[in-house]
Amino acid sequence: MRYAMVIDTKKCVGCSDCVVACQTENNVPIGYCRDWVVESLKGRYPNLEIEIRSERCNHCTNSPCVRCCPTGASHYEKGGIVKVTQNECIGCSACIQSCPYDARYTHPDGWVDKCTFCIHRVKEGLKTACVSVCPTNCMYFGDLDDENSEVSKLLIKRKFKVLAAEAGTKPNVFYLI
Amino acid sequence: MKTSRRDFIKISSLSLGGILAINPLLNMAMDSDDNLQDDNKIKQFPTYCEVCFWKCAGWVHTKNDKIWKITGNKEDQHSNGRFCPRGTGGVGMYYDNDRLKKPLKRVEKNGKQTFVEITWDEAFNFIADKLQKIKKKYGAECVALFTHGSGGKFWGHLLKAYGSRNISAPSYSQCRGPREAGFIATYGKGIGSPEPLDIKNTKCMVLIGSHLGENMHNGQVQEMSQALEKGASLITVDPRYSTVASKSKFWLPIKPATDIALLLAWIHEIIYKEYYDKKYVEKYTYGFEDLKVHVKNFTPEWAYGKTTIKPDIIRKTAKEMSNASPSVIINPGRHVTWYGDDTQRLRCVAILNALLGSYGKKGGIYSPEKYKVPKFPSEKYIKPKRDWRQAFPGKFKLAKLALASGICDATILSAERDCSFKGWIVNGTNLITTLPNQANTLKAIKSLELLVVIDTMPTEITGYADIVLPECTYLERYDMLRVAKHRKPAIALRMPVTEPLYDSKPGWWMARELGLKMGLKEYFKYENITELLDWQLKKIGSSLEEMKKIGVKTFERKEPLFYGEDEEIEFNTNTGKIELYSTVIEEIGFDPMPKYLAHPEPEEGFYRLNYGRAPMHTFGRTANNPNLFDLMEENNLWVNPKVAKEWDLKTGQEVWLKNQDGVIGSNSIKVRVTERIRWDSVYLVHGFGSTSNKLSRAYKKGLSDSELITNIMMDPLMGGTGMRGNFVTFLLKEPKNNKL
Repeated sequence: MRYAMVIDTKKCVGCSDCVVACQTENNVPIGYCRDWVVESLKGRYPNLEIEIRSERCNHCTNSPCVRCCPTGASHYEKGGIVKVTQNECIGCSACIQSCPYDARYTHPDGWVDKCTFCIHRVKEGLKTACVSVCPTNCMYFGDLDDENSEVSKLLIKRKFKVLAAEAGTKPNVFYLI
Repeated sequence: MKTSRRDFIKISSLSLGGILAINPLLNMAMDSDDNLQDDNKIKQFPTYCEVCFWKCAGWVHTKNDKIWKITGNKEDQHSNGRFCPRGTGGVGMYYDNDRLKKPLKRVEKNGKQTFVEITWDEAFNFIADKLQKIKKKYGAECVALFTHGSGGKFWGHLLKAYGSRNISAPSYSQCRGPREAGFIATYGKGIGSPEPLDIKNTKCMVLIGSHLGENMHNGQVQEMSQALEKGASLITVDPRYSTVASKSKFWLPIKPATDIALLLAWIHEIIYKEYYDKKYVEKYTYGFEDLKVHVKNFTPEWAYGKTTIKPDIIRKTAKEMSNASPSVIINPGRHVTWYGDDTQRLRCVAILNALLGSYGKKGGIYSPEKYKVPKFPSEKYIKPKRDWRQAFPGKFKLAKLALASGICDATILSAERDCSFKGWIVNGTNLITTLPNQANTLKAIKSLELLVVIDTMPTEITGYADIVLPECTYLERYDMLRVAKHRKPAIALRMPVTEPLYDSKPGWWMARELGLKMGLKEYFKYENITELLDWQLKKIGSSLEEMKKIGVKTFERKEPLFYGEDEEIEFNTNTGKIELYSTVIEEIGFDPMPKYLAHPEPEEGFYRLNYGRAPMHTFGRTANNPNLFDLMEENNLWVNPKVAKEWDLKTGQEVWLKNQDGVIGSNSIKVRVTERIRWDSVYLVHGFGSTSNKLSRAYKKGLSDSELITNIMMDPLMGGTGMRGNFVTFLLKEPKNNKL
């Protein structure tokens, strides 16, 4: 099993619903976030192009954060979800430095926090909070090892990219372009 | 110096020694991620959202009896189980510790005006006494209600029982009014809300200045995404490269204020290239030949000179629409009070939909249905001797609802008027920013004898009130059922999730208590609103108990969703047809077919002030919401790089704006240099730049466009206030004595 998220930049309107849904679902404190929206603009008026992306931890198959964690708090869960065990984390921030996506932050209570792919929901057979809320339905979650899953099919059908491919982290969040 | 009676009082001045409220979310012991789904501690309650007018139905989830999150109800056609960012962030309204907490009364202490906290009983006694005095001296008709949101139903009922029908909402004359007037003139029926657009089945949608996706009309945004996925094309007309422009097959970066020229050229092209739906036009419309003659000279070449849109693009887009006909939507938009000829612009939109045969067809505009819920028994209202129309005799004849701006104008004492408004009840609308021309609004407020403001937040308007009544949020109260028209008729319940925080109360309770004080017992024959709701629900075969479990109940339609092939239809117009040539508009002395008029353009060094929405905020209502503030805390001023170069402006730099009338905005705004905006205009998101310092987050964050909208272009047909004829220039240093 290999959990992945596929995000369709052609449908995303950048409304940030994913951000606030994550915040309430996961009790992320005000002033912090586990996901965020990036807009990149190309061209000169009136020949323009925008790409809008909802970004988060890429749950990399080759995660620098897991590798560098001195206590083992950062670890892989079933399906490749990268997770931090809160009471094993000493807040040293090595993982924050190692992450090419800037996906982690230090929680005011001391541990390092980030996207969990809503593991508590996934275990119940639900989709992540961000995927469930998205008004444009531009986000998909599923198992890449299952060739019949929605995410697998989309990656066969559509052109896609990953972020910071050059870092060699083998990210599991894919952007349809 | 003597202070005038109605100086703005900063509510904060009385919060000395107040309770230090702590956001319970932050205070709550953090669950570890694994325990988030512990069902034992989780409950859910039905609601419909109050963060915007779309009123999506959903569920409020509590954990350990504390409000946790809000999600959509899957049965609901407004949300389809998915809330927008504002609805998801609705929890922040409850947890916002800047909320109004106690009833307040304006008093004078040592020559200075201030608010003191009073009891609810004292507040109601004061208001009842004042209202009776106004009734005796001037007549009940001299009291008006301005309202936005669900509580308005109760206040409207109270006002009608008291003897006035002057119930107005800025959502009409400052927003969608011209659209309603334009469509009623054409089809005998307005568009209404939510708009009955069959977006999910459309093959082509045209958006004129409407920035869907940035204005987060939930169901519409969802359906637009579905349509795009199915290969529908979008044509977006906007001087700004909006988000939806970036999703469009055609983006037409039009010169601002020239939309009617483009629309007339499209009508020309569709008629003369014979793209129109001949059978539909022949069967259902009136005045086609007149229209054909009228648009003869409005060629794409003619329009190019006005709009800067190239003729071949006008032709290609007209073809694109006709290829999709009848599954095409020329979207009527929502906020359409722009240049004062707005009803006529919306007439063009209505005409285009008729020519392409989309009205009443799949992928076009459907016929919505609403469920009839019986009214709870109440004494009959007294018919007032006069209503809002008498305030402006002979004017705005197509207006169907009271004009908020008109009532405001008719409050200012004038020799021409035999009666001015003396009392205002303002429910949930911050008139200081929702009405244009603030100086005018303040003048009206100063001539009032009573101003009561009901709100959840200490917005600017509360500072001018005699009495402030703190309403609890929608998460803490019942309201009337949501009975909305949609593809299928449906009802939705809102129920309280928890007891109201502080000393805040629901609108239904306030209106009833005040009604009882005023001797209007016969209009409030219930002790609790639950009695009323249960009575209504039982009449339609449901019950409060059932609705608490399901939240939304959907019923079957009585009539088909679309017109049948060759169906005989009588439209509610003079001719019984869709009027391409409007007999009603001709009767009241205006152009029966729309004409293009050139509007003023900015002088050198000035730029057209354009404003719009961001998906994470609803006007100024959400600016202080902690969750939504977190997503966007201030607005920026979009400036084209060419303009930025000329003025040496950099992204992030603070500027002040001065408009054509010399009015300077009270806050500064940070520049955002971007290719997404034309060189002849600047853009900012509406709803920021609060001047109420009790809004601890929103205070002085960004700039309020409303302050700079002093030139109003009135729509003579229905009284809409066109607000896009204002021009601004940059001040690079903070101006001295900068007070509004």
